[in-house]
Amino acid sequence: MSTVASPTTPWYLRRPQAKTGLWSWLTTVDHKRIGLLYGYTAFIFFVLGGIEALLIRAQLATPDGTLVDADLYNQLFTTHGVTMIFLVVMPMGAAFFNYMIPLMIGARDVAFPRLNALSYWVFLFGGLFLYSSWFMGGAPDGGWFGYAPLTSNPDFLPGANRLDFYALGLQILGIASIVASANFIVTILNMRAPGMKLLRMPVFIWMSLVVNFLLLFAMPIIAVALFMMTFDRTFSTLFFDSAGGGDPILWQHLFWLFGHPEVYILILPAMGIVSEILPVFSRKPLFGYSFVVLSGAAIGFMGWGVWAHHMFTSGLGPAANAAFAVSTMFIAVPTGVKIFNWMATLAGGSLRFKAPMLFSLGFIAMFIIGGLSGVTHSIVPHDAQQQDTYYIVAHFHYVLFGGAIFGLFGGIYYWFPKIFGRLMDERKGKVHFWLMLIGFNLAFGPMHILGLKGMPRRYYHYQSGLGWELWNMVATIGAFIIALSVLVFIFNFAQSRKKGEVASEDPWDGRTLEWSIPSPPPEYNFEEVPMVEERDDFWHRKYKEDQKGRPVPVPAGGAEDHGAEDHGEKGHGIHLPSPSFYPLIAALGLPMMAYAVILQSWPLGIIGAVVALSGFYGWVLEPATAEH
Amino acid sequence: MSDAAVVETEHGHEAHQTYTGLDNVKMAMWAFLGSECLFFGALISAHLLYRNRTGDGPTRQEVYDIPYTSVSSFVLLMSSLTMVLALAAIQKGDQRKLRIWLMATAMLGASFIGGQVYEFTTFVQEGLTLQTSPFGSSFFVLTGFHGAHVTIGILMLLSLFAMSKIGRLPPSDANKVEMIGLYWHFVDIVWIVIFTIVYLFP
Repeated sequence: MSTVASPTTPWYLRRPQAKTGLWSWLTTVDHKRIGLLYGYTAFIFFVLGGIEALLIRAQLATPDGTLVDADLYNQLFTTHGVTMIFLVVMPMGAAFFNYMIPLMIGARDVAFPRLNALSYWVFLFGGLFLYSSWFMGGAPDGGWFGYAPLTSNPDFLPGANRLDFYALGLQILGIASIVASANFIVTILNMRAPGMKLLRMPVFIWMSLVVNFLLLFAMPIIAVALFMMTFDRTFSTLFFDSAGGGDPILWQHLFWLFGHPEVYILILPAMGIVSEILPVFSRKPLFGYSFVVLSGAAIGFMGWGVWAHHMFTSGLGPAANAAFAVSTMFIAVPTGVKIFNWMATLAGGSLRFKAPMLFSLGFIAMFIIGGLSGVTHSIVPHDAQQQDTYYIVAHFHYVLFGGAIFGLFGGIYYWFPKIFGRLMDERKGKVHFWLMLIGFNLAFGPMHILGLKGMPRRYYHYQSGLGWELWNMVATIGAFIIALSVLVFIFNFAQSRKKGEVASEDPWDGRTLEWSIPSPPPEYNFEEVPMVEERDDFWHRKYKEDQKGRPVPVPAGGAEDHGAEDHGEKGHGIHLPSPSFYPLIAALGLPMMAYAVILQSWPLGIIGAVVALSGFYGWVLEPATAEH
Repeated sequence: MSDAAVVETEHGHEAHQTYTGLDNVKMAMWAFLGSECLFFGALISAHLLYRNRTGDGPTRQEVYDIPYTSVSSFVLLMSSLTMVLALAAIQKGDQRKLRIWLMATAMLGASFIGGQVYEFTTFVQEGLTLQTSPFGSSFFVLTGFHGAHVTIGILMLLSLFAMSKIGRLPPSDANKVEMIGLYWHFVDIVWIVIFTIVYLFP
């Protein structure tokens, strides 16, 4: 309904108006607040997943570890994987999408503010639902990949409803991702400021677009696989039951057909962030912009054709193995294109080694190592040796931690002054970086050696005398150094947030539109919607080039100051979407229905459905704006 | 506050011009339907893998009644026609015809669902259940999810009907009918694919 609320509107359809306090956060539809909610929530899960990792490493520090038993160990490594992928890296990416996409494309909000709130609440409830399993008979213990039939037959892993929590929890999180992806795709394509053609968009926006298309098409596949698993477990269907004629390999195909695009869903946001940071801290435009953009899109397409390299040892036959080996080697090409373009961006630039830059350089270095070990998996006989060893663990931590997490931390340091209006302390940032880099390499570097020496993944203890003691101890020490670095970060974040040096609008001499508005941004983002005339538009408002292509500042007053004029009361007459509590209500129905499956309770399921439906009906019927 | 100034970005048809010129809601619906293609694609692929894995249970040829399913498919296809007529009616501002065609669409959809319930019951009596064989599992889950989509569509059509009845579906909201129409046509097209691949394909 696009009518203004009249005094006759019933109370439950009036739009909430709180501007501060808890109620304002529960009903917010502001993309910046939702971005912060995503970020803080993801960080809390990062700490939880980190604690799980520390328990794993403490258990494996010495042979015959006794800290945890096999059962708890299974829960720990499964929850660690699920947490870091679905509750940390994906939502942290979503936090940046939320906060930065509208600012970087010159928009006042996303295309669907209430859908945006819905995505966040669904994500939060999905995460809480998954973690509630710890208190209801144990956490999922079948690995983050949940291979059938171990997971699809309730008799094989008899721990209460652990795998139901896995299947239903990921299902809920998938809904959040699909909703968000449709929203961001429309936002990027439709909400751009005038003049921001596709090839003028910042690289981060491009990578966001690719990621959200991947999410849009990958999440329904895992949804189907998870439904099949739930049906096998709950209604005794035969999808993955080999005794009954089903095929457990079907799970692997569906899972990895989602799972490999998922890898790019995790890494491309970080690649986008790094592509923004490097030019700013090199004071040069990104080298080969169109190559970086097109290689990102190429990764998005080719990512669909490599999934079976996760399944080389499952007996697909030489033809399939050869085809997927070749496609896997081939996908390294666009990734390599990106790396060479980043290095060429650095070449000859006036480099400033601030914390965001350090994390970006760390990203490149660590990602190269992880990328190269990844290419070794494409050699099928080699992969047969590596399968299920610590070599694989080393590889994917180099791309997911050394890659994605380093890139995301770089993004936090880079955009912190824009978001909070203060700079993060540079010295503590450097301490954080070096501790994390050293700890990371100590933790995961030795795992290459352990894997090649034959140490298998997912074993809760090992015997002495196998030559694994030293490197396991080193890895554990490294893990605790990482933990220390995260503590430094938390301290730095909390302190800088309160007492950090006040940041200007444009503390890094940035290139993209978000630096043209105050820090922190006003609720309406842009006083006037900017007109975009070229790539890196904001930079070109500040600098012209001399004959040798060096930047020369535009003399004061010579710049066309779009949107900087003062129109009296700032933001007057700009209408923003009104808050709403219906996204929260609609989202609340989902975990209720999921608990209903676990508790086998029809009444709870019906109540959940009614809650969700009433949320959506209220959503449709509430007026577009609040009363004034 | 004046009515004219109040626009919310969620109501793309009223908001200021989008960059591509396409309506926000329409683009989002197309994106969602793209996602749904992969959802049904995965289910159909699984069914293709399992269509002949019938174990001790009945085979495809034994349970399918092609003439019967052809009739219910025809009913569902006709509902796409009435959906188009409903959209035409609201665009012309004819609320009475809008309601007639919305209700006709919903009723045709409900007939299809009734037919599906009858078909499922018959199959179960002939010995094909979710647990009989991978064929049974994949058949019921695929067609069941399609039925669930039709049911959600019926619910949305009836909601539109009710909104029109209480006068809250003005012609300016024609895009709401169009969006639900897009969804409805998509669900019909998926059924054509399912009917061809699952039932007709030898």
